[in-house]
Amino acid sequence: MLRDITLGQYYQTDSVIHRLDPRVKLVTTIVFIVSLFVVEGAAGYVLAGLFLLLVIRLSKVPVRFMMRGMKSIAFLLVIAVIFNLFLTQGEVVVSFWKLTITKEGIYYAGCMAVRLVFLIMGSSVMTLTTTPNNLTDGLEKLLGPLKVIRVPVHEIAMMMSIALRFIPILLEETDKIMKAQIARGADFESGNLIKRVKSMVPLLVPLFISAFRRANDLATAMEARCYRGGDHRTKMKPLVYHRRDLMAYGTVCAYLALCIVAGRII
Amino acid sequence: MAIILDHVNHIYEPGTPMAFSALTDVNLVIPDGQFIGLIGHTGSGKSTLVQHLNGLLKPTSGSIYYNGADINADGFNKKELRSKVGLVFQYPEHQLFEIDVFTDVCFGPKNLGLDRKEVELRAYAALKQVGLEDEYFYQSPFDLSGGQKRRAAIAGVLAMKPEVLILDEPTAGLDPKGRDEILDQIAALRQETGMTVILVSHSMEDVARYVDRIIVMNKSRVMMDDEPGAVFKRYGELEEVGLAAPQITYIMQALKEKGLSVDTDIINVEEASQAILRALGR
Repeated sequence: MLRDITLGQYYQTDSVIHRLDPRVKLVTTIVFIVSLFVVEGAAGYVLAGLFLLLVIRLSKVPVRFMMRGMKSIAFLLVIAVIFNLFLTQGEVVVSFWKLTITKEGIYYAGCMAVRLVFLIMGSSVMTLTTTPNNLTDGLEKLLGPLKVIRVPVHEIAMMMSIALRFIPILLEETDKIMKAQIARGADFESGNLIKRVKSMVPLLVPLFISAFRRANDLATAMEARCYRGGDHRTKMKPLVYHRRDLMAYGTVCAYLALCIVAGRII
Repeated sequence: MAIILDHVNHIYEPGTPMAFSALTDVNLVIPDGQFIGLIGHTGSGKSTLVQHLNGLLKPTSGSIYYNGADINADGFNKKELRSKVGLVFQYPEHQLFEIDVFTDVCFGPKNLGLDRKEVELRAYAALKQVGLEDEYFYQSPFDLSGGQKRRAAIAGVLAMKPEVLILDEPTAGLDPKGRDEILDQIAALRQETGMTVILVSHSMEDVARYVDRIIVMNKSRVMMDDEPGAVFKRYGELEEVGLAAPQITYIMQALKEKGLSVDTDIINVEEASQAILRALGR
C-alpha cells in the first residue's frame, strides 16, 4: 500500500531527461505548473497533455510506474471533483434531492481533475529523473541571487534535499512499524473515526522517535565531516549548461508561447 | 497440529520491472514444539517467509495451513492467528510507544479483547519470562538500555501467549553478553512452555547450541532442512552461499583429517572437549 507513493523517488535509467541540467528541469516544472493554471479551454489542456507525454516518453520512465503515484492522491482528487461538481453555481443539468449538478460544475470539476493529475505527474517526472543531490544543486544555483538579500539559500536547498531523501526511508519505516503492531494485534482498518485516529498512536509515536533518531545520526555524521553550511563551499561537479539544455529551454519557451496563443484563439 | 507450507511462492511488485521473487516453491512442515533455526544470507527470503506464517504477507501462489486450516481462506480469523503465531520483528524495540513498560506489554493482550485482570496477569508473567525486574515496569521504555528494551518488546509478543514464537534476528546489534543472555532466555522459555520457536538468524554460531532443526534459505529457496549436525557436515556448500558452519565443526573436521577419531557431528564446546579428551585416551 505504502509502496505506491512514488513522490520523491528516483527512477534509475539513462535518458535525455535524466541527463538534463537540474536547473532546466526545475524551471520547466515551474513553467509547466503555471501553464496549467493559465491555460483555458480544451486546447490548452491537450497541449499540456501532449507536452507531458513527450517528456515522459523521453524520460523512459514507464507510464505504469508513474500511474502508481496517482493512487496516493486519488482521495484528494475525488474530493476536489465532488466539491466542484456540486457546489458550482450556474446552468442546472441534473438535480436530485438537495444536490444539483451544473454545466459549469462539470466543466470546473473536469478542469480540476486534469490539472491535479498533470500537476502531480509533472512534478514526479522531475523527481523521478533527478537525483536529490542534483536537485539541490540546481535549486541552490537558481536561488543563488537571493543570497544578496541574506536568504540562506544553501541551507534551504540542503533541508529540501534531506526531506526528499527521507520520504522513502520513512515510508519503509512506517510499513515496518505497522506490520510489527499488526503482529501484536493492532487494527488500523476497522472502527469509527475516533477509534481509527486512536489506533494511529502506536504507529506515530515510534515513527516520530525513529525520525528524530535518524535526524540526530545524520547531524552527527555531517558534523563529523566538518559540514558547516554553504560558505566557501566548492562543488566537485559544478553545473554547466550544455547544448541539450539550451535546446530544452527553447522547447519550453515554444511550449509557453503555444499555450498563450492557444488561450487567445479558443 | 502444525504449520504446513505448500508450494509457497512470493513475488514482490509483480508485473513491474522491479518484480522480485522472494520465495520460490517453499514446502515445509513445522510440527509443534520444535526449536528451529532459520538461516540465510541478507535477502535470502527468510524475513519474507516468517511474515507469511502469521498472515502479514499473502503468498503469490501456494497455501499455508495452521492446524489444518488455510490461513488465507475467506473468513479465517487472522487476528486470532496472530495471537497464536507471535512474530517478533528485527529491532523490536523500535515498536515501543507507551508511557511505561508495563502498559506497552499490555498492548498485545488488550487487543485480543481480554478483560483487564487477565491482560495485566499476562503482561506481568511475560515480563518475568524475559527476566525484566519489577523496578523497570513503570519506567518509560525509552529510558531502558538496548538489551532491556529488546526484552520488553519480546515480552510484548509473549503476553499474547503464542503457541509459536518467531524471532527475526533477536540478537542483531547486541553485544556478545546481551546476545547470549537473550538466546539463553529464549531457550529456557521454550523448555518451560514447550512452544514452537523459530529463530531467524544469519549466524550459525548463534543457533547451533539451541535448535533441533536448521532450515537454510538461499536465493528465495529452501536449500537445506535437517538436523544441525547433518547441515554443518555440508559446510562446503554453506560456504559457497556465504554462510559458515560453527567453528567447532571446522576444528573437529581438521582433527579427524589429522587422524584423531572424533565425532564430527559435535556442535558444542563441552561435548567437543570431552570427545577430544576421550580420543586422546585421557
